[in-house]
Amino acid sequence: MVEDKPTSRPKRIRRETVRMARQKPEDRRHNFDEVALGYTEDQAISEAERCLQCPDPQCVKGCPVEIEIPEFIRLIVECKYDDAIKELKRKNSLPAICGRVCPQEEQCQQQCVMGKAGEPISIGRLERFLADWEMKKPIEVPQKAPPTNKRVAVIGAGPAGLTAAAELAKLGHEVTVFESLHKPGGVLVYGIPEFRLPKRIVASEVDYVTRLGVTMKTNTLIGTTHTIPELLNGGFDAVFIGTGAGLPMFMRIPGENLGGIYSSNEFLIRVNLMKSYEFPHYDTPIRIGKKIAVIGAGNVAMDSARSALRLGAEEVSIVYRRSREEMPARAEEIENAEEEGIIMKLLINPIRFIGDEKGWVRKMGCIRMKLGDPDESGRRRPIPVEGSEFAIDVDTVIIAIGRTPNPIIQKTTEGLKTTKRNTVVIDESTGETSLKGVYAGGDIVTGEATVISAMGAGMRAARSIHEYLVGKG
Amino acid sequence: MYKVLKKVELAPKIKLLEIDAPEIAAKAKAGQFVILRIDEKGERFPLTLADWEPKEGTITIVFLEVGVSTVKLGTLEVGDAVLDVVGPLGNPSDIKHYGLVAVVCGGVGTAAAYPIAKALKEAGNQVVSIIGARTEELLILEEEMKSFSDELYISTDDGSKGHKGFVSDVLETLIEKGYRFDIVYAIGPPLMMRATVNVTKPHSMKTIVSLNPIMVDGMGMCGACRVTVGEETRFACIDGPEFDGHLVDFDELIKRLRAYLPEEKQAMSRLEERCACAWK
Repeated sequence: MVEDKPTSRPKRIRRETVRMARQKPEDRRHNFDEVALGYTEDQAISEAERCLQCPDPQCVKGCPVEIEIPEFIRLIVECKYDDAIKELKRKNSLPAICGRVCPQEEQCQQQCVMGKAGEPISIGRLERFLADWEMKKPIEVPQKAPPTNKRVAVIGAGPAGLTAAAELAKLGHEVTVFESLHKPGGVLVYGIPEFRLPKRIVASEVDYVTRLGVTMKTNTLIGTTHTIPELLNGGFDAVFIGTGAGLPMFMRIPGENLGGIYSSNEFLIRVNLMKSYEFPHYDTPIRIGKKIAVIGAGNVAMDSARSALRLGAEEVSIVYRRSREEMPARAEEIENAEEEGIIMKLLINPIRFIGDEKGWVRKMGCIRMKLGDPDESGRRRPIPVEGSEFAIDVDTVIIAIGRTPNPIIQKTTEGLKTTKRNTVVIDESTGETSLKGVYAGGDIVTGEATVISAMGAGMRAARSIHEYLVGKG
Repeated sequence: MYKVLKKVELAPKIKLLEIDAPEIAAKAKAGQFVILRIDEKGERFPLTLADWEPKEGTITIVFLEVGVSTVKLGTLEVGDAVLDVVGPLGNPSDIKHYGLVAVVCGGVGTAAAYPIAKALKEAGNQVVSIIGARTEELLILEEEMKSFSDELYISTDDGSKGHKGFVSDVLETLIEKGYRFDIVYAIGPPLMMRATVNVTKPHSMKTIVSLNPIMVDGMGMCGACRVTVGEETRFACIDGPEFDGHLVDFDELIKRLRAYLPEEKQAMSRLEERCACAWK
């Protein structure tokens, strides 16, 4: 590409986005290092210069947390990175994470005017560039509002909880985050693998929230160690529930409890949170066979398949009952997976698992599917093809067909209104639940969704909680 | 960090630790468990609570040194600390006045059964306890169990104390003698629980078992602890740990417990090598 020279004439704007360097597939399939390597300063400026600075920016409308996208991009063009990151962090406390795992192609970038006649601005890559830039030096903590002497309990240290906590702390409230696992981060530490979101990034973002004055209390399961009524009676003025969707769904087909069949949650918790890829250096084992089938085709399925490959599996397949078009994973992740050699077995649904005498899975009985009319999800309904049963050899199966909310809080909080799917009911405008002073947001309200939508919900609930606390006097 | 305040060797390879954990002690109920992680590289594993003191803020765990984590736990001394303890987890036992109750327990399961026997006694039940072990020196908490039991029977596999054989044999004899138990609690190794369930099933005697399958988080997230109960898959962590013993698929439970035996052996031999190096 020819470098644009300074000139008085209007520049022709490149239609193509600046590509981001990635580890080569043949290298990265053997390591857990990050795949995407990020923009260099020159690349970031070059990409930022493509932004038209629309007077009525559509991208902002596509952002769940309403980041002033053109503004931070303009500041990149001017090389004012410190100001740019400040602008970004006004709306998003965790930019290093969002820049990596947000589905920008369905949000801000989908709205980008540049996308109409070429490729949209790579907003996510620019966000990541700024966040990584900031991390190279000690991160500045913004000025906080004077103390309000109000105490807020945030339940769950995942994307929703961390965002709510950061926002409430900035507003001058005293915030304690209760996390049931031994490490804060929620799905960011137990779910998303190192090669997509390095744990040092999560640690650094958690550190930022802590330095805002937020207390992190790990190993505390709200519902048993303490209950919500106890928190409210014990000195907390408000509660935010951000416990996510952490319960694995199974297929309920014969043989599902054989050895070698993991939920994606178990598999990813072992690998990511417990570092079993370093077994026996770390104590938590994982058993990876030669032929692995991952059931499902969302981001979690891709993460599981690519992790299995890195753990030394010979052949890893994604088994999905619909076609490529309906795959819920991000296009980028499907592309990454295929480049690494993951096999896509489409229009196939498992119907049973067959084990050996030791109770270990050896075969997976399947049936072929065809697509019918769209169902309530808008995707074409998969229909079994009669008489098309067949079996494939497997010795490890990972079931990644979705997750539902954990019921512990719902069971132990009297008066908390929930739905049949175990999600918590809120007032959409405020995030308040059926209990006064108790708010909720993220996957616990919506069911399994994205990191950024959870962060948006955390942000909105924090503002409502602030209004509630200020009004309470 | 959760400090070790007391350590007792109850029998060879069976140790008791009292740990400072006031928040857990304040909430614990009979039948519940905790998940521990000993150090930064440690795995998460469950142990049923053997006792707790809300006033002192302590919990008590009893364990058999059988794998890397329990062997490591056994090396902790008073003043050392466990890195992570979370709990209380699982549903408490359904303690109420049943009438005549049998508490059948084997091995280190006696420690898990102890709070249940105590709670059942305090709820006004007539408690008949049967405790067993491979041999006399492995019998634990005999005095403690006695203090909350109306009758206490002992069995050892080798006959070194009490009945020679299994706890389930003793239960069978009592039933033959005319004991009509309103409920039976069976807590111990899966084989012992299965044998007990096989004794009570023909008599349709309600039998509760406390399951201890492999768990990672212990809070419903991983599904490693899934067990087949009746026709359904249940999670021992949030649906249990206690289930109707007549409905539990013990064969599956036993196979799932053995899933990581080769890895456990590998980890143990590595730990032994490291210890050997340390001694040199």
